[in-house]
Amino acid sequence: MELTGAEIVTRCLQKEGVEYIFGYPGGAVLHIYDALFQQDAVKHILVRHEQAATHAADGYARATGKPGVVLVTSGPGATNAVTGIATAYMDSIPMVVITGQVPSTVIGSDAFQEVDAVGITRPCVKHNFLVKDVNKIAETMKKAFYVATTGRPGPVVVDIPKDITDPAIKVPYSYPDKITMRSYQPTVKGHSGQIKRAVELLLKAKKPMIYSGGGVVLGNASEELRSFVRNLGYPITTTLMGLGSYPASDEQFMGMLGMHGTYEANMAMHACDVLIAIGARFDDRVTGKIAEFCPDAQIIHIDIDPSSISKTITVDIPIVGDVATVLQEMNHILTTGNKQTKKKDIEAWWKIINGWRAKKCMTYDRNNTEVIKPQAAIEIVHEITKGDAYVTSDVGQHQMWAAQYYGFEKPNRWINSGGLGTMGFGLPAAMGVQLAYPDETVVCITGEGSIQMCIQELSTCLQYGLPIKIIALNNRYLGMVRQWQEFFYKERYSHSYMESLPDFVKLAEAYGHVGIRIEDPADLRSGLEKAFAMKDRLVFVDIVTDQMENVYPMIANGKAHNEMHLSPHCELPQSPERELS
Amino acid sequence: MRHIIAILIENEAGALSRVVGLFSARAYNIESLTVAPTEDPSLSRITIVAIGTDRIIEQITKQLNKLIDVVKLLDLSEGPHIEREMVLIKVKAATMDQREDIKRLADIFRGHIIDVTTSTYTIELTGSGRKVDSFIEALAEHKILETVRSGVSGIARGDKILHI
Repeated sequence: MELTGAEIVTRCLQKEGVEYIFGYPGGAVLHIYDALFQQDAVKHILVRHEQAATHAADGYARATGKPGVVLVTSGPGATNAVTGIATAYMDSIPMVVITGQVPSTVIGSDAFQEVDAVGITRPCVKHNFLVKDVNKIAETMKKAFYVATTGRPGPVVVDIPKDITDPAIKVPYSYPDKITMRSYQPTVKGHSGQIKRAVELLLKAKKPMIYSGGGVVLGNASEELRSFVRNLGYPITTTLMGLGSYPASDEQFMGMLGMHGTYEANMAMHACDVLIAIGARFDDRVTGKIAEFCPDAQIIHIDIDPSSISKTITVDIPIVGDVATVLQEMNHILTTGNKQTKKKDIEAWWKIINGWRAKKCMTYDRNNTEVIKPQAAIEIVHEITKGDAYVTSDVGQHQMWAAQYYGFEKPNRWINSGGLGTMGFGLPAAMGVQLAYPDETVVCITGEGSIQMCIQELSTCLQYGLPIKIIALNNRYLGMVRQWQEFFYKERYSHSYMESLPDFVKLAEAYGHVGIRIEDPADLRSGLEKAFAMKDRLVFVDIVTDQMENVYPMIANGKAHNEMHLSPHCELPQSPERELS
Repeated sequence: MRHIIAILIENEAGALSRVVGLFSARAYNIESLTVAPTEDPSLSRITIVAIGTDRIIEQITKQLNKLIDVVKLLDLSEGPHIEREMVLIKVKAATMDQREDIKRLADIFRGHIIDVTTSTYTIELTGSGRKVDSFIEALAEHKILETVRSGVSGIARGDKILHI
């Protein structure tokens, strides 16, 4: 079969089972757009800005586990996509981004809409390719999907010059079923000797702690993790990225850890004697002060990426492998033979933990009738959606409150930019999720700052009939910036106040959607119920919240886990305090 | 500590920039770098001299291994190895005294004078990085006009090989 380069691109996407491609046309990709037009299998979603194309594909990937696919043109198309590519890279999200390039004959001549896309994206992709021969398209696309989805996943860019997709040039086409690369062979199975040592160490622990991360969600290992945690009977905390991989309502769950983690999770991290990190990378938002991280613990670390091991925290027992595979092997050891936890060995530990829990660090001013507390809005959204919605967020205070108060029970439900912290992520990510699951409730929890970074996508949502519920916690401040300025800059609120905000209700209406504004705490529940009752409409809920509310607990930058600022409403004096068990 | 890292990498456009970009992006220091194709034209061999604590060197080798184009890698400093660097030095050699002294130094270091003018000598010398350093130091009394170092390349001693 002879096909043009552009036809080969679309055939490859079909072969990979791509449902949606998020993109924006332009000169260098016109041939590919023409080929897309002449087929039905791959549906194209026209965004309003290339950044949104990458976030939408990213959201789709996070919710489904399948790679997100993007098509943008050369030059500004490629540079606009970079923020989304970097976002996916930091959170290890599988994505294939096709960028058009100027014809290969003029590359390097500063041609119209030329940028070195391979060069610009190099530091924020898992790998990238420049296709210089039409005969190499199929093989390159196969490699791109293979690299993006295996090992530690990540975005892959395929840069295709316009002449390579020329409709006048046809070449024989076949899509390889399988590809092997001598330079890329990710490890899957963990070292059995290390796994045995790890289990033995875990069973000897007096104050064990399980700390799991986004790798469990990405590695589809949530079931294995749940069995593992129950088999051991140990406390578990997850990172921001790991929320949902273990049910929030479970008794063994301690909440999130780190900068805005719970009191009990952070105190337990500080006091534990054996720590097992599962698919987590010891991010600085998690570890706090490195020198005082888990000072008494021996550390086990399971990760598919060898370079994550002992990168910031030196570990005692490293296990390189796929988390699901490694946890299965550990569960097998724990459920066969006589290797089990003796409940009474860790009774004392649970007693200490329950003491920390009793301080109820997540308490806030629930009874305030003057002003809407943002935490209350999240809790009501949780109730209305029965804790089963797909929740995307932007970045800032609202993101932390969503993480703290939504209570995720299932993996792949919590979709946020954890590593890069990209404002503008939430709405386009929600589009990708809603397209993947048209019948599910998709909520975008955002702020009045973040939403304006990709607000133009309201137009895309109308075009494709995406009934996303946007919950904007509007405090007229860039709240997280304001919080840091309050704590660390003597309340000098430098440029964190937002003036001249748009009327979001009218804005939503102008884009053809429904807008609701809620100002009175008494209207909060009814307003949200009304929004969620409109199943087939996008509703923008603009909630006017307490301007000065802070995210608690908080570990200041460079402080240790046991040095938290706590809410004035919980049963502890305002800190920083030092408390050791 | 100073480490010599040998890398086999796909001989493809942009492969070298991935390696160099990694060093700058992660703020690792490159002391020297050499690269050329091997007997198998699909593979290039890069030799990097990097300086860092054990922890940093471990991260460097892991991050290099993670690059999709890197096929194999060996930290030569972990075992017995041979390192060689070539240097070309042009020095001012106008008077008889200068010419005699430079010739003598070149002989002591087993270098060769490979180009002569009425006012300059150009010397070629091969040895370990340290030997090249010493030679340059030894020439301190003379006016060095140009120094061209090839960067270090290296190979493991004995049966140990870096090959696919």
